[in-house]
Amino acid sequence: MTPTPATAEVLVVPAPVAARRRARGWWRRLTAVGDSTPATVGVAVILFWLTMAALAPVVAPYAPNATDLAALAHTTPSKAHWLGTDHLGRDLLSRILWGARPVLVIAPLAVLGATALGCLLGLAAGYKGGWIDLVVTRACDIVLSFPVIILYMIILTHFGSSAWNIIGVLTLTKAPIIARIVRGLTLDLREREYVTAAKMRGESSLYIMFVEILPNARGPLIVDMCLRTGYNIIIIGVLGFLGIGLPPPDPDWGGMVKDTYGMMMVWPHMALVPCAAISSLVVGFNLLAVGLREIGLRD
Amino acid sequence: MARFAAKHCAFLLLTLSVVSFLVFALNEFSPGAVARKERGAYATQEQVELLTRQLGLDRPLLVRYADYVGKVARGDLGYSARFKAPVGDVIWKHLRNTGLLAALAFACIVPFSMLLGIAAGMRESSRLDRAILIFSTVMASIPEFALGVFLASVFVVWLGWLPGTATLVAGGGWSLGAQLVLPVAVIVLFDSGYVISMIRASMVEVMQRPYIRTAVLKGLPFRSVILRHAVRNAMITPITVILLQINYLVAGVVVVETVFAYPGFGRMMLEGALFKDIALVEAGALVAVSLAVVTNILGDAAYMLLDPRIRA
Amino acid sequence: MTDALLELQDVAITYAARGGEVEAVRRLSLRLEPGEALGLVGESGCGKSTVALSIVRYLGRTGRIARGRILFEGRDLATIGDAELRALRGRRIAMVYQDPMASLNPVMTVGRQLMEVPMIHDGAGADAARRRALAMLGEVKLSDPEAVMDRYPHQLSGGQQQRIVIAMALIAEPALLIMDEPTTGLDVTVEAAVLDLVRDLRRRHRSAIVFISHNLGTVARVCDRIGVMYRGELVEDGPVRRIFGDPRHPYTRGLLDCLPTLGRDKRHAPLVPIPGHLESSHARPSGCGFAARCVHVEPARCTVTPIPLAPIDGDTGHRAACVRATELPVWSRRRAEAPAASAAVASAALVTTEHLGKLYRPRGGLFGRRRPGVRALSDVDLGAGRRQTLAIVGESGCGKSTLAKVLAGIEVASEGRVSLDGIEIGRLGVDARDRQLKRRLQMVFQNPDSTLNPSHTVGYAIGRALRRLRGGAPADAAAGVARLLEVVKLSPAMAGRRPRQLSGGEKQRVAIARALAGDPDVIVADEPVSALDVSVQAAIVNLLAELQAAHGTTLIFISHDLAVVRYLADHVAVMYLGAVAEFGPVERVFAPPWHPYTEALLSAVPVPDPDAAGARIVLEGVVPRATERPRGCPFATRCPRKVGAVCEDTPPPVQRLADGHRLACHIPPAELQRLQSMIGAR
Repeated sequence: MTPTPATAEVLVVPAPVAARRRARGWWRRLTAVGDSTPATVGVAVILFWLTMAALAPVVAPYAPNATDLAALAHTTPSKAHWLGTDHLGRDLLSRILWGARPVLVIAPLAVLGATALGCLLGLAAGYKGGWIDLVVTRACDIVLSFPVIILYMIILTHFGSSAWNIIGVLTLTKAPIIARIVRGLTLDLREREYVTAAKMRGESSLYIMFVEILPNARGPLIVDMCLRTGYNIIIIGVLGFLGIGLPPPDPDWGGMVKDTYGMMMVWPHMALVPCAAISSLVVGFNLLAVGLREIGLRD
Repeated sequence: MARFAAKHCAFLLLTLSVVSFLVFALNEFSPGAVARKERGAYATQEQVELLTRQLGLDRPLLVRYADYVGKVARGDLGYSARFKAPVGDVIWKHLRNTGLLAALAFACIVPFSMLLGIAAGMRESSRLDRAILIFSTVMASIPEFALGVFLASVFVVWLGWLPGTATLVAGGGWSLGAQLVLPVAVIVLFDSGYVISMIRASMVEVMQRPYIRTAVLKGLPFRSVILRHAVRNAMITPITVILLQINYLVAGVVVVETVFAYPGFGRMMLEGALFKDIALVEAGALVAVSLAVVTNILGDAAYMLLDPRIRA
Repeated sequence: MTDALLELQDVAITYAARGGEVEAVRRLSLRLEPGEALGLVGESGCGKSTVALSIVRYLGRTGRIARGRILFEGRDLATIGDAELRALRGRRIAMVYQDPMASLNPVMTVGRQLMEVPMIHDGAGADAARRRALAMLGEVKLSDPEAVMDRYPHQLSGGQQQRIVIAMALIAEPALLIMDEPTTGLDVTVEAAVLDLVRDLRRRHRSAIVFISHNLGTVARVCDRIGVMYRGELVEDGPVRRIFGDPRHPYTRGLLDCLPTLGRDKRHAPLVPIPGHLESSHARPSGCGFAARCVHVEPARCTVTPIPLAPIDGDTGHRAACVRATELPVWSRRRAEAPAASAAVASAALVTTEHLGKLYRPRGGLFGRRRPGVRALSDVDLGAGRRQTLAIVGESGCGKSTLAKVLAGIEVASEGRVSLDGIEIGRLGVDARDRQLKRRLQMVFQNPDSTLNPSHTVGYAIGRALRRLRGGAPADAAAGVARLLEVVKLSPAMAGRRPRQLSGGEKQRVAIARALAGDPDVIVADEPVSALDVSVQAAIVNLLAELQAAHGTTLIFISHDLAVVRYLADHVAVMYLGAVAEFGPVERVFAPPWHPYTEALLSAVPVPDPDAAGARIVLEGVVPRATERPRGCPFATRCPRKVGAVCEDTPPPVQRLADGHRLACHIPPAELQRLQSMIGAR
């Protein structure tokens, strides 16, 4: 079939070449975030929580586990406790700030782990094909066909729930999803002519997978990583809520809800505050993902 | 067609074997622990070992697994330590409850998501689209328990219109329907967030296709273009996604069940896991996985039916 | 003068972009009489498709008609209401598109898509609509219309799909038919059939046609008048004979000059590309848009004020937007000169194939049915000498791409031998070849957009090739890269750029530089210029010819474009369904006696000459699927010169003629010569 002239008929030509050369690649991409409202809002929210979590030891008015017996008589928000206290007299604001720390460490680490593993598996399956593809795909299908909550329940009750266990289990369950995405991208990209050119130069498979193919899968991967982080934060919250998250007494947003939602008829604020916290953080990541997708399409 | 069925049956069996073996191995790796659990923390070592031998737990893992498979094939799923009843009965009872919840939720999610997803995707970047996009993103961001807390604080604490729990116990003054409203609402809102964004994305992509341009330039009214040309193509991928939601609705709603104290399958699994009720957990895992694989198969079949290009 | 059917008055169309608004079309004015066929030609980015879409007001969210009026039967299409517009679309104005497969709804049967038009516009019932659809399918010459009605688009061939789209457009008897590159993407023989159909239908239905194409040959075949566009403006328009015979705008002349028509040969003179390259739409100069590339430019007159489209010598039928239109030297088309002594000097063959065959066996699968294999190549015998160009010509499915892959090592041969300078490479996949061998044979690919890795800079891509193929130290890389860039006529400063910032022609040059990194003996070029604009094609073709002369490289050039092949090749192989139909020195293959397939190919090529006469052979029938190759001659199902059952049952013998020319046909060459000379050679 005869191909068509390469340059599209009326696609607008991007900004003049000269201007492009002045602005460095990554800086331009960074500032492109400002073009999209969802992305900007998302980044703002994430930065807010990152700062709060990092500065928690400095900013939090009380120690997270310190009980204030005097406040027990009056747990709703007051001048002494801006967000009120929980049923044991612990300051909610401090607990929220401190509770952001494990979440913001575990979720991204788990995403990085899942992405690394998923890329490896996806690239190998997509590029090499054959039995590697068969085994990887089937293994992914098996893991994915398992309702994850049940998996968490089983594994965490058996091995105990420490931060590393949670990271491990999240990595293992999320890696297949990423592997599938990367495999799909690889299947598409390996037909490109520059890959054939690389083969004709005698490049090794590893080189082709990591230097020729992977950099071009960046876009969808980054969007997916944002989504995954948000979803991991939800899962960490859910684990805490179900009682199989990080052990007490350290503040864990999900755990805070678990301890207090039974008292909602009397003191709703105790459960509402951590719910609002976790929701806002996840909204931030999801908005960022939406915005990045928009920007990617616009380019 | 036969090839399709054979391939998927094989996969079902493979998955079931692998998963059941893993769960089995995980739970029963240390035979002593099982017996100790039975006897309690104050039992002596001899009592534990006696029970271990009695239950046949000192045999090699693979033998015990084969024994277990044999029992399952005969329909004997064991006895639940937590619920003090045969596992089969326990699972069936809880599954039925979850089924009710799932059916109600599914019946709401499908039309709701389709409506919003198509309305958003058919005119990308319109005000309606932005609104729906924000709505679905936010809904998908709020964990189910948080949604439950938010809705409960409005409808239970503040307005008092609905009950805070859904234990399905007739007493307490709340009808069955009223009890189910909040759990179903939470599930529908949370899951729709995700499904709407999928349908929207598929719709947006379809609207860019040249055959939509052909339909418009044929002079078809916009309504016809959407309903007869766009939707049929846009729904091909989301149908699989929607069918996979059934999977989530059965097992993944454990959080909602916990919030509202609903006696469902997920909660049963959680209690079983926490209580280390091994027989229950193993059987429950089998059920969950079978369901997952069956919905996968349904998804594949639907895909084949809808897209004539695959059928060939 | 009758009222024009369609009149564009001073139309400007803009698109909203990140940096502001971009003018895609500026100041366009043209007229179309009822029943007239107007061709709009230009290269990519000139705005011709935008004009077409603006007539039906389908410019997307970001486009708008900024100025001017589009009068259709007296009404201004730019301002009429939506309901009125909908009534016009499909009924009075219909459109045919470039990619027919993508333009048809994949999940709806073709029949229902056809029936929608009369049902919506004429309120016809299902039965009446069905009858009209069947009648229309007959008119577009689709065999077995009843069966076709129930097919899905993916079950039809490209040519059939395009006929369906044309049927869909004509079923409501529109007054105006807009065809946007309708045959681009179709094989040459299929294209010829569709163009014939368009001419025929036009006669019968009396619709006016706006025919958009970048291919001057197709336009010459179908249209009465031609408008030439460049950078959003109409630079010349007039009757078809005038434009081809006496073009008055330097761009039109440039376009016609750079085309390799079937008579031109590289041994005579290089093609004349248009100097410079297309600027971005942002940097719009005042004055003539073509001034930067024009060989006749006079800065004082050409670059100051906008140049209007003015009649030439008072004839409003022929206008040109050039202040020097009447001062230009007299132009005459470059005709074929007498062929030089055959350059097909019998030089030692460097690359040969003997009885090469390639069979793709189907994957078994656990529960798989036994599916027949696909025979991509069958008994292929070819040879290419040192410093020579072997061209491989054919349409889709002929096996030329597979041949390229086998030569390159991406696939291995199933049968037969392939040797490079005596070394057997047919069974050596690219991984099995040592570095020396890899260095000696390199490849240039078809699609400039995917030939370079978008994440790597130009310098990295070429440098890497240098390192892998030559084994030089990284320190020398920069110098080596600069040298290679100069060889392909690019500035060394390009090394820091990424493919996104390059034009199609520049990307292809980089790809050629990359292939040259190891100083190869053989370059396999798989359709290297097919995706480029005509003016850029000429430059790349010239470059390839120069490189061959300078470095002594053997070039194996794969293409479907017979004009380029005639220009560039020393030897030609014509392939059909995996077999070589004809092979020989280029002058011999392009002159009778021809293999009947070669004959059909040559007659199908649209030549940019409205006077091109000669009986035209339109192939009927369908190309058999590769899984169902006929037992005898592969061309038997469509050959207009089939002699009888022998063609279907027995594989044709290879007839050897002078100078290494051979063809595979049951008809003796003398008989072929007699039959074909009656028509007249090119």
